[in-house]
Amino acid sequence: MSDLLTFYNGSALPIGDIPAPGPDQFLQTLGDHLDRGWRVISYFGVPEGDKTALFCLLAARSEGQLGMMQTLATHGHFPSLSRHYPQLQLFEREIAEQCGLVMDDHPWYKPVRFHHAFVPDRDGWGRSSSEQIRVGVMDFYQVAGEEVHEVAVGPVHAGIIEPGHFRFQCHGEQVFHLEISLGYQHRGIEQMLIGGPHPRSLFQMETIAGDTTIGHGQAYCMVMEALAGVRPTAAAQALRGIALELERLANHTGDLGAIAGDVGYLPTASFCGRIRGDFLNMSAVLCGSRFGRGLLCPGGTIFDLDKELRSGLLKSLDTARSELTTAIDLLWSTPSVMGRLEGTGAVPHEFAAELGLVGPAARASGLKRDVRQDFPFGIFRMVHIPVVTGYHGDVCARTVIRWQEAQKSLDFATEQLRQFPGGGHRVAVPAIGANRCAVALTEGWRGEICHVALTDANSRFRRYKITDPSFHNWQGLAMALRGQQISDFPLCNKSFNLSYCGFDL
Amino acid sequence: MIDTIIHFSLILLMPPLLLGIIGKTKAAFAGRVGAPFLQPYYDLVKLLQKGSVFSETTTWVFRAGPVVTLAATLVAATLVPLGNHSAPISFTGDMILFAYLFGLSRFFTTAAALDTGSSFEGMGAAREVTFSCLVEPTLFFALISLARMSKSLTLSTMLTYTSPGIWITAGASMLLLVGALFITLLAENCRIPFDDPNTHLELTMIHEVMVLDHSGPAFGYILYGAAMKLFVLGAIFMNIALPARTGSSLGDWGVFVVGMILLAVLIGVVESIMARLRLIRIPQLLIAATILSAFAMLLILR
Repeated sequence: MSDLLTFYNGSALPIGDIPAPGPDQFLQTLGDHLDRGWRVISYFGVPEGDKTALFCLLAARSEGQLGMMQTLATHGHFPSLSRHYPQLQLFEREIAEQCGLVMDDHPWYKPVRFHHAFVPDRDGWGRSSSEQIRVGVMDFYQVAGEEVHEVAVGPVHAGIIEPGHFRFQCHGEQVFHLEISLGYQHRGIEQMLIGGPHPRSLFQMETIAGDTTIGHGQAYCMVMEALAGVRPTAAAQALRGIALELERLANHTGDLGAIAGDVGYLPTASFCGRIRGDFLNMSAVLCGSRFGRGLLCPGGTIFDLDKELRSGLLKSLDTARSELTTAIDLLWSTPSVMGRLEGTGAVPHEFAAELGLVGPAARASGLKRDVRQDFPFGIFRMVHIPVVTGYHGDVCARTVIRWQEAQKSLDFATEQLRQFPGGGHRVAVPAIGANRCAVALTEGWRGEICHVALTDANSRFRRYKITDPSFHNWQGLAMALRGQQISDFPLCNKSFNLSYCGFDL
Repeated sequence: MIDTIIHFSLILLMPPLLLGIIGKTKAAFAGRVGAPFLQPYYDLVKLLQKGSVFSETTTWVFRAGPVVTLAATLVAATLVPLGNHSAPISFTGDMILFAYLFGLSRFFTTAAALDTGSSFEGMGAAREVTFSCLVEPTLFFALISLARMSKSLTLSTMLTYTSPGIWITAGASMLLLVGALFITLLAENCRIPFDDPNTHLELTMIHEVMVLDHSGPAFGYILYGAAMKLFVLGAIFMNIALPARTGSSLGDWGVFVVGMILLAVLIGVVESIMARLRLIRIPQLLIAATILSAFAMLLILR
């Protein structure tokens, strides 16, 4: 397949090697591959002068292969393929917003994060650069009719959560359509990274989504290591793996508790709240931060893990496992809880595949997608974590998946702590290469995290593209609500538990 | 005279304590220490000291809501016998007044909710009215059964007529009544499994969402009125479920207070071991309660 450059996760290639067909051929190749079961991992533009270079990163169904291609949009317009491939719709809107490239014939052509394009005087919606763009001001989809009513929720919510706006078109208690409008957390991380890496870049990466510090941090480290051509030591790989799984455990535990809380089932909600804290404290043992800040650095990890700490962690993991098992078993043995979870907010397999969902949400719908398995990185090249999939795609499936993944993570972390490799934990990272493209995928607890870096002739970032799993999955939440009761929205929302700031960047 | 004073002291002072006990029970199940028993009193004092914010779109209906609700509940509380003691006010047919005082308070709560023009509050009002339609027959079947047994239409006579002996002669109907009234008690007071009084998720609420726009003293009246409603309906329930008589007046007051505390613990236990029902399942449970009390009536009319 010469129309795509294929390579493996965590590698860097010269940008010149990426095939650069004309726009027509580019779209043809994209469509052909999507028809053959490939999916889009990232699709972004680099605005340069009055042109826009478009890069598309695709993943093969098997063989652990990634494929990349590029093209140049010379006019201010580019054809949209979203009508045929819904998984592209948000990527195309993002390109239109960031690069000011008008996407022709896009079926849902609205801003994503409500900011001006990276380059001045270009705008996908013809707005002038002096015009102030107000977040959330756009034409929402509306259902007309005497008995239809609209419910608007947010951006300020009753709970302590991030801001986001939700519009429901309801008929009584039934939801016809839910439209989600985000952008309130936009910080301009991708703009800040242009011209990098800066000394503060790593810290920005750790806060892309505050609860996914290790997931994003590791992706950034992998990008830097690929660009510099170094390999972290075995000890560093193991430590990163342990940290990543601890992050998954803490968040999955928190989510299981929150799901129990949302259906009003107190015991599990309270126990999980505390056990989540225990897992966060284990992260603090690794690096002093409960959220894993300051553990990772390009070239390895900042801290080592000595024998004493390891045996302490093993003991805490053991206690946490038995406590968590007791708390979660209560859920499955309480009929009123199961009656609430089963059949609520189902996303059928076909929808999940068409929308390109990732992470636990995709696996709950029966899609076997896990970066640790499909595109192994770091320690997961050596040690495999079994992938758990569900079938029904409802809240119950997403809950069960979280619990099963937590068990697998516990097994993995225990095993790694028992056979922790010796040797150093950090290697020096030389200067990064010029005119290269590096791709790193990691499996954060929400799903697939993708970082792509393009460097210029001076070895600075020409573009650094971040794709958080929430970017793929918000549309899944909207679809899960179709035909459901509006009172089930908080429960569905919690079962996805997506990131607002990870999406807004 | 002494009984009247005790009656008024109890209906005015005891209701928030029930909420405190429910909270403590739930905390014990969750492995927490929980808020102090007197926390609901502190909350009320805090709210009464606050200022109020009124939306410009609201009218007098919005301000009248909490006051009418509290007043109606207070009047209802004077009609209900507590334990073995007759109510301070009673007359033939007061059971009808009693039932519709709650109807009046509900009408004003929902009208005040609709007055805000918020889509949430409208949703809550729709839910509240739908579910209370289904609760009303249950209450009336239960009251008719009691009226038939005691051959009286006065609440005081109907409810103090019950004795341990009646559980032997009409045990089946009493059991059905207790089941139906307990469901009614939980549904009317927005407890789990019908509604979650502690949730912050406005889309799932029934009662709480209707009072989102109230603040300060007005919100304090609402909370106080809700606690009193729980107390009043609980008192009716306890008269049927636990008609213990000691023979001494003070002893009966003691039995009543202990009974109410036990009821609060029971509600706390139910809330701890059950999840909320799905909203579309609620009518089914309410209809089941209606059927229970209808059967209780059939058994008595037989």
